Amino acid sequence: MQSETTPGTTPAPAGKTLPGNEAMLSVRNLKKVYKTDGGDIEAVRNLTFDLKAGELACLVGPSGSGKTTLLKCISGLMAPTEGEVLLNGTPVSGPPKKMAVVFQEYGRSLFPWMRVRENVELPLKNQGVPRAERDKLVDDALEAVGLSHVPQSYPWQLSGGMQQRVAIARAVAYQPEVLLMDEPFAAVDAQTRADLEDLIRTVWRKLGVTVLFVTHDIDESVYLGERVIILSSSPTVIQEDLTIDLPDERDQLNTRSLPRFTELRHHVYEQIQLAKQGHRPAAAVQTDSSAGSGAA
Amino acid sequence: MRFLKTLGYLLALPLILVAIWWASTLGETNFFVPTPALLAEAFAETWFGERIFSDVLPSIGRLVVGVASAIIIGIVAGLLIGSVKWLRDLTEPVLEFFRAIPPPVLVPVLMLLMGITDGMKVAVIISGCVWPVLLNTIEGVRAIDGVLSDSAHTYGIHGWARIKYLVLPSAGPQIMAGIRQCLSIGLILMVISEMFASSSGLGFTIVQFQRSFAIPEMWSGIVVLGLIGVALSFIFQWTERRVLRWYHGLREVENAV
Repeated sequence: MQSETTPGTTPAPAGKTLPGNEAMLSVRNLKKVYKTDGGDIEAVRNLTFDLKAGELACLVGPSGSGKTTLLKCISGLMAPTEGEVLLNGTPVSGPPKKMAVVFQEYGRSLFPWMRVRENVELPLKNQGVPRAERDKLVDDALEAVGLSHVPQSYPWQLSGGMQQRVAIARAVAYQPEVLLMDEPFAAVDAQTRADLEDLIRTVWRKLGVTVLFVTHDIDESVYLGERVIILSSSPTVIQEDLTIDLPDERDQLNTRSLPRFTELRHHVYEQIQLAKQGHRPAAAVQTDSSAGSGAA
Repeated sequence: MRFLKTLGYLLALPLILVAIWWASTLGETNFFVPTPALLAEAFAETWFGERIFSDVLPSIGRLVVGVASAIIIGIVAGLLIGSVKWLRDLTEPVLEFFRAIPPPVLVPVLMLLMGITDGMKVAVIISGCVWPVLLNTIEGVRAIDGVLSDSAHTYGIHGWARIKYLVLPSAGPQIMAGIRQCLSIGLILMVISEMFASSSGLGFTIVQFQRSFAIPEMWSGIVVLGLIGVALSFIFQWTERRVLRWYHGLREVENAV
């Protein structure tokens, strides 16, 4: 296969795991089957990977590859059928306190009856954070996303990109250890999107938070991540777990024109195409006799 | 200038209607249709005096207590039934049954059970007013957006905080629609509950006037009811604009796109 000859990329069919208690977030043999009237639907077959503290990983896969399902299981909104998710070694059974989620549908994740500031403040208020500390966290978060000038607006008075900034500010103010993002920029225009991508890199480096960023955009995953986890098509396994060895300092013009960026992008694209054609990684084929084309 | 314009819109049609009424009763002597002047005179004589305390205020008091209780019962029960699926499945057929019973038929029943008391009249008002609030609240609670609910969940907002910050505001537009219906039903039931074997109240007084052929006074009573209705409607609109400011704003933005 051409993909395996791409220089400098060592294919790792299963997700990378870390020994013992080094992992911030662990996903172990995660499987999710939806029981419906029309029969069972296997959305996620078997996923195993670890994120170490402070890592920024992107999860990319063809549409319908169970990305959202996986994220819901990790965030504790949905119980997996088999396997488990561990946060700092503790199994996740409901939404953990130290985790924040940014959803794709910004228009439906902010409270429309609250002003921008109240939206960002609510989770802190609910946790009983004292007034003075709360004010500071909210101010800092709004400042960080560049929205200090609109605290008294309602979310629906803002543009889509700005609404998503509010959602990011809310997550940042909450001071999570793990930040999950479910295709957060899929519904904003291209220029806003580039700004928001840089914003995520900035926030991530400033806070040292562990980020799992789900996207269907290949360029975005390579540009943002230190690591890209490529999912196969449904029923989902890990197609490849790829380290992104681009310089730490990234910017929209220069990074995207690096030859290495193009190579990595090319590689991820190929893997996604293979995934769409039903190609499964070697490790998965042994347990999956229905996969057609074979791996070697 | 703006104020004058608003006032103009507010009063123009009523003034025209009174003018038409005045013109059409000019020179006529239909016993059952008084002239505006006669009615105004009867209105002042009948209602500016002791009757305010003996009839008007007690009626309004019962209306307010009945409607307020219905709103509170409706919202609390609606939140409960709307949030708990098995409770919803259990209560739905029963609710449909009770809702279908026209509240006026309960007047004789409640009269036998509770006697001719203020409590009975309030009970009649509640029995009719609670349904629109209850059913709308249930619908509103059920229709909470999944993503919004997930957001609240991931930030650890549950229990009372979830009701206060998510459920109540989200169901607010539906609840307000229920309250609007509840107010007009309340006014009707206030009058009906006083028409049977009562000894005071607006409904009683109007029936008394009609039976004693005090026709202008009877009409003036009807005008009082109309005015109470208008006042309720203004209070409702004023409150609604404040409570649902976000909703109207959101709708405007959505419609503009």
